[in-house]
Amino acid sequence: MRKLLLLSTVVIVGLIFIARLFYLQVYNQSTYNLYEDNAIRKVYDYPKRGYVYDRNGKLLVANQPSYDVMIIPREVEPLDTLEFCNLLKITKEDFKKKYDKAYHYSPRLPSPFVAQLSKEDYALLQEKMRKFEGFYIQKRSLRDYQTSIGANVLGDIGEVNNAIIQRQPYYKMGDLIGKQGIEISYEETLRGVKGIKFIQKDRFNRDIGPYKEGIYDTLPEPGKDITITIDAELQAYGELLMQNKRGGIIAIEPSSGEILTMISSPTYNPNLLVGRNRSKNFTKLYNDSLSQPLYDRGLQAMYPPGSPFKVINALIGLQENVVTTNDKFTCAHGYRYGNRKMGCHGHKSPADMNLGIYESCNAYFANVYRRIMDKYDTPAEGMDIWSNHVKSFGLGNYLGYDLRVGQPGKIPDAETYNRAYGKNRWYTTFTLSNAIGQGEVLATPIQLANMAAAIGNRGYYYTPHIIKKIENDTIDSKYTTPNHTTIDKQNFEPVIQGMYDVYNKGTAKYLQVPGIEICGKTGTAENFTRIDGVKTQLTDHSIFVAFAPKDDPKIAIAVFVENGYWGSRFAGRIASLMIEKYIKGEITRTDMENWILQHTLEHEYEKPHSGKPFKINGESRIMTVNEYELEKQRKININTQTVN
Amino acid sequence: MQREHRGFKFDWITITLFLILVGFGWLNIVSASHTGEITSYFDMSQPYGKQLMFIMLTLALIVIILSIEAKFYERFASIIYFISLLSLIGLFIFGKNVNGATSWYAIGGMTLQPSEFAKFATSLAVAKYISDLQTNMKTLQDQLKTVAIIVVPAILILLQNDAGSTIVYASFFFVFYREGLQQIYLLIAVAILLLSVLSLKFGVLFTAILSAVLIFTIYFLKRKKRASFLQPIVVLVLCIGFAFGVRTFYDSILKPHQKDRISLWLRLEKDPEKLQQMKQTILYNLNESEKAISSGGITGKGYLQGTRTTGKFVPEQHTDYIFSTVGEEWGFAGSALVVILFVALIIRVLYLAESQKNQFSRVYGYCVASILFVHFTINTGMVMGLIPTVGIPLPFFSYGGSGLWGFTILLFIFVKLDSNKINEW
Repeated sequence: MRKLLLLSTVVIVGLIFIARLFYLQVYNQSTYNLYEDNAIRKVYDYPKRGYVYDRNGKLLVANQPSYDVMIIPREVEPLDTLEFCNLLKITKEDFKKKYDKAYHYSPRLPSPFVAQLSKEDYALLQEKMRKFEGFYIQKRSLRDYQTSIGANVLGDIGEVNNAIIQRQPYYKMGDLIGKQGIEISYEETLRGVKGIKFIQKDRFNRDIGPYKEGIYDTLPEPGKDITITIDAELQAYGELLMQNKRGGIIAIEPSSGEILTMISSPTYNPNLLVGRNRSKNFTKLYNDSLSQPLYDRGLQAMYPPGSPFKVINALIGLQENVVTTNDKFTCAHGYRYGNRKMGCHGHKSPADMNLGIYESCNAYFANVYRRIMDKYDTPAEGMDIWSNHVKSFGLGNYLGYDLRVGQPGKIPDAETYNRAYGKNRWYTTFTLSNAIGQGEVLATPIQLANMAAAIGNRGYYYTPHIIKKIENDTIDSKYTTPNHTTIDKQNFEPVIQGMYDVYNKGTAKYLQVPGIEICGKTGTAENFTRIDGVKTQLTDHSIFVAFAPKDDPKIAIAVFVENGYWGSRFAGRIASLMIEKYIKGEITRTDMENWILQHTLEHEYEKPHSGKPFKINGESRIMTVNEYELEKQRKININTQTVN
Repeated sequence: MQREHRGFKFDWITITLFLILVGFGWLNIVSASHTGEITSYFDMSQPYGKQLMFIMLTLALIVIILSIEAKFYERFASIIYFISLLSLIGLFIFGKNVNGATSWYAIGGMTLQPSEFAKFATSLAVAKYISDLQTNMKTLQDQLKTVAIIVVPAILILLQNDAGSTIVYASFFFVFYREGLQQIYLLIAVAILLLSVLSLKFGVLFTAILSAVLIFTIYFLKRKKRASFLQPIVVLVLCIGFAFGVRTFYDSILKPHQKDRISLWLRLEKDPEKLQQMKQTILYNLNESEKAISSGGITGKGYLQGTRTTGKFVPEQHTDYIFSTVGEEWGFAGSALVVILFVALIIRVLYLAESQKNQFSRVYGYCVASILFVHFTINTGMVMGLIPTVGIPLPFFSYGGSGLWGFTILLFIFVKLDSNKINEW
């Protein structure tokens, strides 16, 4: 027995040790991950982010270097906080707060401590950085906008948040990622791939050389430059015209689907969202709930399109063979059905298709719409046929363009009314508003511009897109494949003639541009808001849809001006000017240009918030910028007097 | 005829195990100590170069040990022991202080650590005394005398502030027990260990209650020859007294750094902030060595590829913490193999010791096995976080000439004694 004590102890200890080793090395060990080894420093090399050019090769977005102070909380050693804080221009409380925040995120992963230092601060800090263990400087590149236009298109980049890091492990805390506009749509193209170097550290946090001679190191892959379809000059001009007005302009090249301009007003200078002030400025823009500069009115504003939609009904009527161009309908200041009446303005009667379009006769389109519906046995069947025709113009659903924001619009079908009234318990008269682009029909400006392009192309359109060219790469084939409408080519001619006559002798005849055959259609959209819970009507939105020239169109455009009243007043003028600018490169209708530049709608936008009763539409006064400024000054004076 | 076969009488299993451990140890020292490119393995400015020289000298030493007549060691045991004691005493006059311990002689550019040699000297003395025909380990007198043999060098070493090396002398308990120490001592030893841990971990009151319950249960179960009721009460009072003593010793006598080690081992500290701080200071080595071992996984990162070893994250890695290099670069496969090699070597020595006809050889062999075992257990246990930090080297593995030579002499005297057993007939 005595012999066995040491022997058994030795065996037991041996077994315990092997068990312990098994626990440490096998059981408790997740697979070895180089990225998580804190003996290896990971140095990221961020590639240049791709540049952005406009369609004419003008540089819009470049880069500027920026330096972040990064922290790995676990590796921080006691340091001269006072000196460090002075160098970074932060207080001691800031230091503690930032440290705790970083520690809370992860003690062992790097997170940004102070982002985007100025070049002077960086120069000072760089020399002393060695003294502060656990901190290092990460070079990144920020955007440098060469222009103040197109913030809604160009977008911006910002720091990734935790949710993104969880989903996409490529990104590390402090990395920059596209947040809006093309920066987010073409993030991976523009971004490139960052390079990484693995460096062996010793326990004093000193680098002692590349890990395994650098066999795992990668070189950064530079981001690709892109050319976008935007015409910077036209964009700038459009933004100028839209000053003091709210709304959107979308212009598309019909032969390619390329978006020439995409204006949303009010807008902001993209340089506001660069660097250390990004978050402050973004919050300011985000919180501006009155003018909503971050809301892209060209893509997101969804309204009943009104009259421009009528041409679609004319096309469907011809396609369904329920109407010929010569069929005439009488209009007695409107269209009566049952005991109701759809009003119309005074014009020649009866109206054929041409007159119906250029005078925008409601009664004419009510008749056409009814004929389409009555061709089929049930209203539901007719409704679905009609709906399919309309949708083939890219209405009623997301268009599929390469920007992240948008709205589907709305085109009703039988199901819509079945849900509202019960199956087969509704008649064509219930849906008659669709004839004139009101009722259940909703569309965004980009959808209207695309519709104009499809009409200009006589039956097809390319999915609108913002990307023109990617360095050493091709663009998505869906942007180069035409989408055909359900309407035959020959049916377009009479309708296009009607749209041409809108300019020639109809609602837009004062907007003619010498030398350019423009086809267009005015529109107004009633709109309402809630003031203290009461539904209140505001001045109509001014809408205009056009393409030019009539044959082989170069540009299709939709302009939408909030509370601009009738279509040709604001939207029509702007559309004509844009077309002239694009096609001729210069403005001959300076009278029209001056009128637009001189007039403001700010007073309209103040009405719902003024707390006072107000007048709309025809009873409302049109105001020049000068008058508006005077008025404002006067109000201030009155207020001061009252106070005195 | 006999002369020609002399070489083959050595136990080649032991020698092979020894060579593997020394060789593998050196490979790991290279990994743990190299900085940058290795230009020459004989680079005397680097630990691995020096260790290679130490190993060469060791081989010469082995030849010398094996060529000396076996009887020499038994005959001169006392003299060797006294020389060793003198060398320990001499440290108080000529010793060189390294890291707070006065355990080294500086001779030229080299340092010698006499405590590494005191182990085999003490073993010889113990073997000599116990194997004396007049010695009877069952008598208290002889027990005290043998204990004195080990206590004298142990105290000298403790006075040099080398507590780690002192603990090794407890290994002689296994020898005494094998040679006839009464069962009661084993019981007492186990009781002391349990009482110490219990009173520190759960407090004196809990220990007292638990002891009372246990003692009276045993007392009533042994109803047949019921002894006086006084007996269990005395035992209980002793137990409580001891538990109280341990607590007092821990609270008022131990130095703060020793207290912290025990506190961490028994997980006494509850305040997470303080615990974190302790982990980063006194537990730094252990923390890093555990991380290095864990990161090795099953097969390790490969020789000279350990990131934590290359980055010198584990302090003292080529000396006391050499096992963490094995763990990181050779993984579970390599470190389990090292454990098996050590266990095999110790068992082999034990087996040979039991087969000795000569009591001197047997006791000496037992001393060798016990010392190797205690060293291996404390060092490896510490590096993988099972035992509080005690700074002693891993035999044959750790960097250091004195240690290597001390263990080599210890082992090869036994190899020589073992080879001589036929001559005993």
